[in-house]
Amino acid sequence: MGAKVERGIEDGPGNLRGALSRLFQVREMGVFIALVVLVCLMSFASPYFLRPLNLFNITRGMSNIGIMSIGITMVIITGGIDLSVGSLLAVSGMLTARLMYGGMMPWLAVACGLGLGLGFGLVNGLIITKVKVTPFITTLGMLSIGRGLSYVFATGLQGAVASNIPMRDPGVNFLGGGYIGPVPFPVVEMVALVLAFSWFLGNTVLGRQIYAVGSNEDAARLSGVNVDRVKIFSYATTGILCGLAGIMSGGLLSTAATNAGEGNELDVIAAVVIGGTSLAGGEGSIIGAVIGAAIMAVIRNAFVMLHLPVFLQTISIGVVIILAVAFDSLRRGKRR
Amino acid sequence: MTERGDDRLLLVKDLCKSYGGLNALAGVCLDVRLGEVHAVVGENGAGKSTLMKILGGAIRRDSGTVFFKGHEVEFHTPHDSIRAGISVIHQELSVLPKMSIIENIYMGRMPSVMGGVPWKRLEKRTIELLGQVGLDINPHLQMNDLSISQRQLVEIAKALSKDSSLIIMDEPNSSLSEHETDTLFALIRSLKERGVSVVYVSHKIEEVLRISDRVTAFKDGAYVGTVESASATVDDIIRMMIGRELTREYVPNSSHGPVLLKVKGLSGGGFEDVSFELGRGEVLCFAGLVGAGRSETMRALFGADPIRAGEIEFEGRRTRFSSPKQALQNGFAMVQEDRKRLSLFMNLDIMANIGMAQLPRIRRGLAVDRARLRELSQRFFAALSIKARSAYQAVRDLSGGNQQKVVLARWLATNPKILILDEPTHGIDIGAKSEIYDLIRRLAGEGVSIILISSELPEVIAMADRAVVMHEGRVAATLPRGEITEHTIMSYATGNIGGKPR
Repeated sequence: MGAKVERGIEDGPGNLRGALSRLFQVREMGVFIALVVLVCLMSFASPYFLRPLNLFNITRGMSNIGIMSIGITMVIITGGIDLSVGSLLAVSGMLTARLMYGGMMPWLAVACGLGLGLGFGLVNGLIITKVKVTPFITTLGMLSIGRGLSYVFATGLQGAVASNIPMRDPGVNFLGGGYIGPVPFPVVEMVALVLAFSWFLGNTVLGRQIYAVGSNEDAARLSGVNVDRVKIFSYATTGILCGLAGIMSGGLLSTAATNAGEGNELDVIAAVVIGGTSLAGGEGSIIGAVIGAAIMAVIRNAFVMLHLPVFLQTISIGVVIILAVAFDSLRRGKRR
Repeated sequence: MTERGDDRLLLVKDLCKSYGGLNALAGVCLDVRLGEVHAVVGENGAGKSTLMKILGGAIRRDSGTVFFKGHEVEFHTPHDSIRAGISVIHQELSVLPKMSIIENIYMGRMPSVMGGVPWKRLEKRTIELLGQVGLDINPHLQMNDLSISQRQLVEIAKALSKDSSLIIMDEPNSSLSEHETDTLFALIRSLKERGVSVVYVSHKIEEVLRISDRVTAFKDGAYVGTVESASATVDDIIRMMIGRELTREYVPNSSHGPVLLKVKGLSGGGFEDVSFELGRGEVLCFAGLVGAGRSETMRALFGADPIRAGEIEFEGRRTRFSSPKQALQNGFAMVQEDRKRLSLFMNLDIMANIGMAQLPRIRRGLAVDRARLRELSQRFFAALSIKARSAYQAVRDLSGGNQQKVVLARWLATNPKILILDEPTHGIDIGAKSEIYDLIRRLAGEGVSIILISSELPEVIAMADRAVVMHEGRVAATLPRGEITEHTIMSYATGNIGGKPR
């Protein structure tokens, strides 16, 4: 079958065969092959590329983007967009660091950081659904608010501007900088979350309703779907995942920075789009988004390994984004 | 092969087109004479719309030949087809919703005078065109603000403005009221007098015979035959289309139960002071002209739109639903009129479309119970004989009739006590139509109460145990079975008798 059809209800990764067939469905297969080709090319170009240390560096480096892309995939499937992810990462990490620095119990501070991310996501969702401001504008505003608030948490309302707050707790820092054997803990977290949310999207009622809302919002409402709840859920989940990413990035560097995650919103959206999710909504997958994030991470790594000029890296990522969507569009065009 | 310079405007020979292994056209022929009204009929998926899309340049043929004005042609884009002198009014309207009527009519060929658009001239011309199709509305209105039937008429006006020598109308009257259809027919006759040929695709056979010179029937993507309309009967055509005869007579419904739903003085956007009662297992038809407020009333009852005033008593309790979800949980189901916009998830598969309203009720823990979902959709897939490769096919690849069956299946799967059907046979072929009629009767027999909104009089007459006729947002009459005739319904619907004065 050539057509690209959402059929997650039937063959989600619930059993092994289902998992395999899902993996080899047309949608993710294209980007997956692209990733494999890229990895093969790199393994020839550099003898160091395939070493576990390098591979784990790549995957650890992409884990923040990967985790945030889970949420934003859901948001984009509902037909929305979230530009505030990078700022939410910064403000959540900063609040956690500030509270820990001020003497709060570390895990309680983490809970506050996650709660702040969740709160921001909820506010995004509420403004979009209840006040009916478009997602682009709402989250654009929140991008500014979140970033500004991270400066407030770092500095207070007066005094010298601080751009970093130290974050030192072995337990909390393990979230971003720990290892289980040779495997960086952020990679473990990313994989676990990707699997959990892939299962969620494919198999739960709410997961399927996310696709329905993006496919036809009116029809979803008239079929008894609580559209507002579905949307708020997507934004809130994105918020809390950004919170986690913020704490992880603080943990990795032992410091929370006000400029953490700057520009991440574009990386995350690029990952989702490379992974085959349509910005028009109604289709897409988390696995695809993570593969998209991996492609970008491998390209970045390649430029470092091969000592190529950095600005070419940015250009090639841009080319990849357009190529990915162009291939998708050509494949679709054949249906006519 | 060269054609003689005869009076044929269009000649289509052995046209083939397939989509992913499924033959949409398998050798279709059609010839249209100058100044002829040529009707094309056929069941679901007979290939009518596909042929019209090829002629309109929207899709490309696989093989076969098309002669237009004596020359062999192949249209690569809609623009090619328009330039050759063909206008197609597609079944699924292609309007620019947020632009004005004027802009919709002239989009793509806006004239410019010294770099500016001569709005005054276009406005004047648009008003003339609208007048020809019987529309008396402000040409600066956005398409958004028009009803479906008004949009359809604007599309026809647009085709007129192109001075085409062939106008193809794909299901032009599927959303028009009887009155608007009359205007359309008068217009077609005047086009014919001017030497314009019209290809008229429709499911409404009585009307096809009324307006056309000849009728060509397709079946399963192939040519069946062409007959002169003057000498053909409805039964002849139906036999050509499906090879069986149809009975469409009212079957008395003996399973009437006690009153289940009482609506008193319901008012909201587009309807005022609407009262009616619905019995268990009763088929209550809502008749009236398009825009009489029937859909609006039912949408409000179903919780999709707000209610301003009035009372609803369901199973003896006062109720008012604030969302479709609540209505659904209380045993209401509603099949919407505009299935593409309001019902279908085009890029999801048939199974997801059927199961969507039931998902919260077929789960095991957090997860959807796939076995039950599959069983549920397979059951309705078979019961409604949905024609598709499998339950995993995307609904966007189905024909209109099959899409409608998918929508029906979604709501039947919820096991409703009250089923509201808003123009359920709108734009679908006669075979699927009679299946839907049988289904409605069977459901009523099983005790489901049915509200059927229909603008087709034969449908109302065949199905209604009682009929409510609405006119300009109000109930003009409630007719018992004995008084349901075309004449009484039309009189009330047009406000010629009854109707409360404002």
